[in-house]
Amino acid sequence: MFYREAGDFSTTYPEDSQTFPIRFDRYRYYVVLAFAFLVVPFIINDYWANAILLPFLIYAIAAIGLNILTGYCGQVSLGTGGFMAVGAYACYKFMTAFPDLSMFINVILAGLVTAIVGVLFGLPSLRIKGFYLAVATLAAQFFLVWLFNRVPWFYNYSASGQINAPERAEFGILVTGPNASAWATYLFCLIFVTISALIARNLTRGSIGRSWMAIRDMDIAAEIIGVNPLKAKLSAFAVSSFFIGISGALFFAVYLGAVEVGEVFGITKSFLVLFMVIIGGLGSVFGSFAGAAFMVLLPVLLKVVGVDMLGMPTDIVAHLQLVVVGALIIMFLIMEPHGLAQLWRLAKEKLRLWPFPH
Amino acid sequence: MSDQFLYAIEVTLNGLMAGVLYALVALGFVLIYKASGIFNYAQGVMALFAAMTLVGIMDGQVPFSHLINATFGTKVHHFGWHVPALAAIALTVGVMVALAWMVQRFVMRHLVNQEPIILFMATIGLAYFLEGVSDLMWGSEIKKLDVGLPQGGSRWVEDATAFLGSENFYGFFIDKLDMVATVVAVLLVIALMLFSNYTKQGRAMRAVADDHQAALSVGISLNFIWILVWSVAGFVALVAGIVWGTKSGVQFSLSLIALKALPVLMLGGFTSIPGAIVGGLIIGVGEKLFEFTFGAMMGGATENWFAYVLALVFLVFRPQGLFGEKIIERV
Repeated sequence: MFYREAGDFSTTYPEDSQTFPIRFDRYRYYVVLAFAFLVVPFIINDYWANAILLPFLIYAIAAIGLNILTGYCGQVSLGTGGFMAVGAYACYKFMTAFPDLSMFINVILAGLVTAIVGVLFGLPSLRIKGFYLAVATLAAQFFLVWLFNRVPWFYNYSASGQINAPERAEFGILVTGPNASAWATYLFCLIFVTISALIARNLTRGSIGRSWMAIRDMDIAAEIIGVNPLKAKLSAFAVSSFFIGISGALFFAVYLGAVEVGEVFGITKSFLVLFMVIIGGLGSVFGSFAGAAFMVLLPVLLKVVGVDMLGMPTDIVAHLQLVVVGALIIMFLIMEPHGLAQLWRLAKEKLRLWPFPH
Repeated sequence: MSDQFLYAIEVTLNGLMAGVLYALVALGFVLIYKASGIFNYAQGVMALFAAMTLVGIMDGQVPFSHLINATFGTKVHHFGWHVPALAAIALTVGVMVALAWMVQRFVMRHLVNQEPIILFMATIGLAYFLEGVSDLMWGSEIKKLDVGLPQGGSRWVEDATAFLGSENFYGFFIDKLDMVATVVAVLLVIALMLFSNYTKQGRAMRAVADDHQAALSVGISLNFIWILVWSVAGFVALVAGIVWGTKSGVQFSLSLIALKALPVLMLGGFTSIPGAIVGGLIIGVGEKLFEFTFGAMMGGATENWFAYVLALVFLVFRPQGLFGEKIIERV
């Protein structure tokens, strides 16, 4: 009833191979985009931007990145926090070294630097797999955080060891620094999210995405039918790290403004993004958004219910949050290993026939 | 002998002791991995949970008191009794067995035949869950754990070795606790070896590890064996929790020792009990010596990552670790 593909005929090849081949999907996508770009900036306030929308958008990019590596290519990584730190520090170095450079270019350059680092740490994936690799990526996590903590060049020899984002304007409007307005930072992140999602969606539909999935499903078989594992795995690491680097740069420059690396980009961040990918759905771009939204909203929701409505102390709610997150992870793995994205798919199947199931 | 050389030896000795402690945690991983093919990330949190439970029982804390007080407005904290250490340890073992049963009943049973990586992620979820539960149950403040293990530097060793160096050398400093830990670890390994080689349950455990279906077909109960394995791992976690808890207090960072045990495992091989010991020793000595020689030059705190990078480099050349079974892939 609400969702149908009947009567939707493609008459040309480009029409058939576009990003959203079903008309309903396409229109929904335009509506969401129009709402996000044209309505939200006018109604946004500081609380919504800082508590929900900015973290959601930025984590969505990180989740897309990790989903490409873990969900599409099957290489589990626990180094996301470290790679986000690379993005943040690269962005900081570019911002301070070239004050006239556009923020857009800064963020993209930070992504490229992270991609190179990601490929370096992805090299062991050619020899080892499964959780051996997961543990190996922990090496990246700890080494990178230590590096940014201990080598003063990275934080420009500042006394506190922190990095602070200087103010940068885009078209005359501040997007970083404490005086940037909520709608500007929101739009800045939204542009990156939209482009990242579009790139990710199209990469995973194309030949390179297919080679990733072939490696994920069975690497030996993939090798035999002519998929180059070196190319597939390292390209997955590069693309994934690129997105994660962008999200790290935005997280630092636009969202937080000041970063202490061990606190912000520690191992918990790696797990948080991994949880987003698991709960949202492995191997789905939409799932990355759903997972990011879920993991950003859950603490807010628990806080509203626990602290504001039931009047419980904050530390108990924080502990309860751990319990709930852990239980949810296990529940999702047991009941729906494909996450929220699969639930969405099932809902669509049901809606096609609703209210007449036969 | 020059003092510098003697200091290096002292660092090595302390590294060996630290390595034993790492090996103690790594043992729990190896046990579960061998018996069920699950890489149990929650091992470190289990050590934290065990240590917290032990302290809680010894002090007569009311479980979930914080939560109860917040919900019902009561003010209960302690039962008002103190349980002797041995009785408390026995009770904690009981709790760990109950935990093993629950893990098997509510998590692992539903994940039979899943891919290893899914199981791994499930144990990460378990780790979060358990961490939250142990904080809710016993409160998250740092606690002191004292079950009567000796502590402090050993005067005897210092006096016995003081003659080696010059005037300024006072002998090797070795923590008594580390020596006790070494003895405990050795005993534990011997006990585990005897258990898995000479008892009926131990043999059944190895059979399950070899082949689930074949074990089932000769009448071994998978459920029972898995509960057993998780209980043994819980026991090892308790031992590790006691030693580490006595050393540095029972607090959240205790669960991070799991992260230190991972490179130990990669080095020693996931399937080998001696590998866990040797890997632990190599990492313990390696990181202490590395910090001693290069630490000052590189800004210190190299211990955070040295083990991982060493294991990473190692893995590239020998993916199965030092003692692990060769990984053979069949198509």
